[in-house]
Amino acid sequence: MATRYEMEMIDSAARAHQAFEEELHGEKLIVNMGPSHPSTHGVFRMVLELDGEEITNCWPEIGFLHRGDEKIAENMTYTQFIPYTDRLDYLAPLANNVAYAYAVEKLCGIDVPVRCKYIRVICAELARISSHLLGIGAMSMDIGAMTVFLYTFKQRELIYDLCETICGARLTTSYTRIGGLANDMPESFIPMCRKFIADLPATIDETDKLLTRNKIFIERNKDIAVLSREDAINYGATGPILRGSGVEHDLRKANPYGGYENFQFDIPTGTVGDCMDRYLVRMEEMRQSIRIIQQALDSMPGGEWNAPEAKIVLPEKQAVLTKMEELIHHFINVTQGINAPVGEVYFGAENPKGELGFYIVSKGGGTPHRLKIRAPSFVNLQLVPLLCKGHMMSDTVAILGSLDFVMGECDR
Amino acid sequence: MQRVVERDKLLETCRQLKADYEMLTDIAGVDNFGEDPRYEVVYHLYSFQKHEYLRLKVKVPEDDMIMDSLVSVWKTADWHEREVFDMFGIRFRNHPNLKRILMWDGYPYYPLRKDFPLAGIQTELPEYAEDAGKAEAANMLGGPFFGGTGTTSSREREPRQYDTPAEQQEKLKS
Repeated sequence: MATRYEMEMIDSAARAHQAFEEELHGEKLIVNMGPSHPSTHGVFRMVLELDGEEITNCWPEIGFLHRGDEKIAENMTYTQFIPYTDRLDYLAPLANNVAYAYAVEKLCGIDVPVRCKYIRVICAELARISSHLLGIGAMSMDIGAMTVFLYTFKQRELIYDLCETICGARLTTSYTRIGGLANDMPESFIPMCRKFIADLPATIDETDKLLTRNKIFIERNKDIAVLSREDAINYGATGPILRGSGVEHDLRKANPYGGYENFQFDIPTGTVGDCMDRYLVRMEEMRQSIRIIQQALDSMPGGEWNAPEAKIVLPEKQAVLTKMEELIHHFINVTQGINAPVGEVYFGAENPKGELGFYIVSKGGGTPHRLKIRAPSFVNLQLVPLLCKGHMMSDTVAILGSLDFVMGECDR
Repeated sequence: MQRVVERDKLLETCRQLKADYEMLTDIAGVDNFGEDPRYEVVYHLYSFQKHEYLRLKVKVPEDDMIMDSLVSVWKTADWHEREVFDMFGIRFRNHPNLKRILMWDGYPYYPLRKDFPLAGIQTELPEYAEDAGKAEAANMLGGPFFGGTGTTSSREREPRQYDTPAEQQEKLKS
């Protein structure tokens, strides 16, 4: 603790300055942050009320990227909406495709073959790694560790290559179809993926060495924005944020879907619920994802990758061109969409950012009557005022980084 | 699991259910245009012990679109309810900050209602976007995306690329 000295100021200008400051003492300063701010990872606006450096209040504002996806969904067939799911969480488009496909399949009451499930698991876990790599990279860059971002981005590039191999697109994958996949996984994918997951731990370890015991990183994250277990549940937080606060909840374990019950993996949880815990949970989740991918590759079954549902799944192109029955199904499926039964379903999938849920109300026919997207970022962002209050202005970048949100799915 | 709840019993029911179903996962508005009561608000609760969801449905008639807010039970209801208000115009009693969330303040319509056109309606932008002019209805190019079959020829149903709407009219006539 430094000793403080009272000093008499002779300078009249300095005295005037002091008087000026004393008069202003206690007045709050309103600072606008965003919507275009590097640490808001998109278009997110915060209005902060500051007392000196300390945040006394915070009002987040969203909606700058609102595209009306739910309205659009009501006016197109189920299959036509798949490309729109790429643009929800655009850092993990494959995971969104998978979640949406399972939701519509639940509505139609169909089950996909095991091979399809395993391929989808690999896709979802690759997406999780990709999202966490960016989340950790961007978070560390925001608080001053530029190097990590470059290392993680190099690995993300390899994931994009894998996406390209499996479905032909790097970002807008649209890989799943209702009842199956756009195409089978190519043979060349397996050795590529094996090489990737063999090399990835080195990058994770390197990141670990650079950050986890880094004094600056710890000071910026330890005991910052502590989220208690009760608050996390009360605010509906999901994903690494909920697990960081010590709740062992993962939909892949709690409500297993898509063959996750066949894989061995652990759910990391935090103890304190601060930014550091959320970071550590993400690091461990990447390692667990590698484990899952390894198991899925080792036990990849052969056979069909599309469900044997002629009226729902698009037939193979070759068959469409040569066989009458397939041509009819193809025509009906493309022009009218699948004839979904009347009913409603909610399907929640464990996405990298949390629980991505689709609530579909069907009145029959090819288009949904209502399709509600429960976006994890939308719910998690509600925590911002709670977490920011009482912290320094400079901590906001660490807090936003640890929440790891993406506005594409928040605003929809 | 699904349960239909009376509108005035919702708050009480949720307070009791919170012991079993700790988390409020989602709130969705549904517009059943042409039915009575017209609107529905659907709540999804999740239980960490039972690992299951519970769906609560509340019917909201068109002439009295107000219901109790759940913010006092679950904090997460705040933004969800604002979204339902923003998209359907259903009001929530005792909500701490019931204003638009995805659309801008002062936007006059409720876009997810079934009688709101897909293309949108021309609207004045808020004051601070003075130079931006107006939010215009989208050019649907003969859309919507999915027009059913058999009603008109595919040429009229499907979106085509034309430079101007006038040109499109001309092409359709010929």
